[in-house]
Amino acid sequence: MKKLTFAMGGVHPDDKKISAGCKIETLPLPPKVFVSMAQHLGAPATPVVVPGDEVKVGQVIAEPAGFISAFVHSPVSGKVKSVGPRADLSGNMVNHIEIDVVGDEWMEGIDLSDTLVTEIPEDKAFIIDRIKKCGVVGLGGATFPTHVKLAPPPGKKAECVILNGAECEPYLTSDTRIMIERGSEIILGAAIISKALDSCPVVIAIEENKPEAIQNMSRLLGELQKTVPACAKIRVETLKKKYPQGGEKQLIDAVMKRQVKSGALPIDAGAVVQNVATALAVYEAVQKNKPLITNVLTVTGDCQKEQHNYLFRIGMPLSFIAEQAGGVPEQAAKIISGGPMMGKAISNLDATTVKGSSSLLYLTDAQTRRMAQTACIRCGRCSDACPMGLEPHMLYKLAKAGDMAQLEENSVHDCIECGCCLYSCPAGVPLLDLIRPAKGDVLRIIRSRKK
Amino acid sequence: MQKLLVSPSPHIHADITTRKIMLDVIIALLPATLVALVFYGWSELIVLSVSILSCVLLEWAITKYLLKQPSTISDLSAVVTGLLLALNVPSITPWWVMVIGAVVAIGVAKMSFGGLGQNIFNPAIVARVFLLISFPAIMTTWPETNIGAAWSGLDAVTGPTFLGLVAEGGNFAGVSVVDSLFQGGSAGEISDIALLLGFVYLLVRRVIKPWITLSIWATVLVFAGIMFFVDPSVYPNPVVALLSGGIMLGSIFMATDYVTSPMTNRGGIIFGVGIGLLTIIIRYWGSYPEGVSFAILLMNACVPLINKFCKSKKFGRA
Repeated sequence: MKKLTFAMGGVHPDDKKISAGCKIETLPLPPKVFVSMAQHLGAPATPVVVPGDEVKVGQVIAEPAGFISAFVHSPVSGKVKSVGPRADLSGNMVNHIEIDVVGDEWMEGIDLSDTLVTEIPEDKAFIIDRIKKCGVVGLGGATFPTHVKLAPPPGKKAECVILNGAECEPYLTSDTRIMIERGSEIILGAAIISKALDSCPVVIAIEENKPEAIQNMSRLLGELQKTVPACAKIRVETLKKKYPQGGEKQLIDAVMKRQVKSGALPIDAGAVVQNVATALAVYEAVQKNKPLITNVLTVTGDCQKEQHNYLFRIGMPLSFIAEQAGGVPEQAAKIISGGPMMGKAISNLDATTVKGSSSLLYLTDAQTRRMAQTACIRCGRCSDACPMGLEPHMLYKLAKAGDMAQLEENSVHDCIECGCCLYSCPAGVPLLDLIRPAKGDVLRIIRSRKK
Repeated sequence: MQKLLVSPSPHIHADITTRKIMLDVIIALLPATLVALVFYGWSELIVLSVSILSCVLLEWAITKYLLKQPSTISDLSAVVTGLLLALNVPSITPWWVMVIGAVVAIGVAKMSFGGLGQNIFNPAIVARVFLLISFPAIMTTWPETNIGAAWSGLDAVTGPTFLGLVAEGGNFAGVSVVDSLFQGGSAGEISDIALLLGFVYLLVRRVIKPWITLSIWATVLVFAGIMFFVDPSVYPNPVVALLSGGIMLGSIFMATDYVTSPMTNRGGIIFGVGIGLLTIIIRYWGSYPEGVSFAILLMNACVPLINKFCKSKKFGRA
């Protein structure tokens, strides 16, 4: 079978999927949760509960504060203790709702059974409204509110939905596991997304290093296609193993052979990309009326004794999850939320899980310590690795000089911050460290010009 | 639990360092170095040792006493420069000439520009050309390759190189392609096969890309081919032209130097074509029998311009 991949740049880190064989386990409930109001891209949600309120699982506790924002639901039942700022995993102060857990009482109308609901609603508006009401956001990393993505601006039409099962970051296996354990639900979620976009075709794209997931998804798709007409236009494609294949623009290039123009959105190229975990959340929202309060996260690392894939609820303290997995390993020098290429180093284990949490990754000092910086030898490895065709060595120098005009001229704002440049630099030049803020500055300049 | 490290992503790094790259270049030069040692013996061992030692010591001394910066010799780039310089001169070059060469290569061409990564010209070639102009007699007295004599301590027998014959309009009709595979000349130029082995190693290890080297070869073959077609009694067979002199050593190990070659593949091809053209022009119509060094230096000077016009192709910008 032909394997797809993107054309430009990319790197091949050791994929280290050591937790790929570990079944998803459900975490017990902690004594209290802290639910962040900033679990999505866009405006933080506005709390609608006050201390002293009794809440049930799945009850709305915060409402969207703008067009690009999302509902937040209570992940537990119990009593609201406080509403106020608290440090998130990067140390930023964000509004959190603190809830003392009492029992596990769910809202009525949420279907908690395992029964597969194969009947896909026909009404597009109903689907999008359900997705919005259930607080579904993209779970591939950006946590962009899904209902916004499923309503393309007038005049633009989706020609293909790509379900992102690339999981190209090393170590992460939560998407792999849900494709193995909850494949039918993901496929039905894909059918619902397709329905919302006027029955446009769906490609489920999975990297070759997950043969079990590919096989399982293909088999389940074959079975569902016999009984569910909405699944007719879905197909599974195998991708070569290459980072950052799961990047939106790279995935569209790999699957559709189209380059999203600089500054344009995927929809301009006729594409809508959704993560497989998002498809699962869409299924649960639309078919089961279950809001997005759970997700799967991997606890892994070479220094971690037991590897785990956990079904967690949002608002769980990371320290609680680490405890459940046997405590933070002795040799862990860095704890990362997300993958080793784009994830965030955690400074604070008191922070809590959010909708988009994907891992607790432990790296040892030897694995993660930055090498001493030496002189750039102009080898061009950064340019070769850049999936956007940029010249990181030059952008780095321009960023150092603060030359905004030249930075813009050399497309610094196209950078997707994948880290391939810094990863492949033999001289240990902190390319992305300087390019990232320069990109932010240039984007601000461009935006200010449009006004 | 240790104190947690916090830094921006990415959190892992490829298994690559400047030192590893330089080590690969040294490994790739080993076959040619061994051939030189076998054919030229003790004299070559002295040239090699003096060249490498003086380059490394000089860089160490300059960083320590002049720049007062941490030493950079552990990146092995000074070893590579010393090795290349040694392979670019006749094996009977006196040791003090090699020391002067090292001063020019490391002191002038490399460190005065700001060290590794900042030099415009390839240090080993700058030194070679400096020595060639300063000591023309020494730099063009080529010992004949003789395995038996090489290690017995006898004085080496010297003779003209094939390209010297061409430049003087001499008789080279008897020189076949096979002859040119093993030739007299600078120490590193004896065996094209040994150099090609190094080329394959560098490609397999992905240290270099083939485009610069291949475009030099293609240009030499086409240009020398045209001249051979015009007058085979004056100009040699293009394959012989490609395999003689310093083209192999230069195109594989000198023109591909990261620092002094263009960043993009397209730029690399323009760079290579330029080197090929200049080499043949200097060989056939210049006063020197060999022109690879000059050609590379001239094209080194064009690199900033080539980089300016050959930008990489960007994603989503037609």
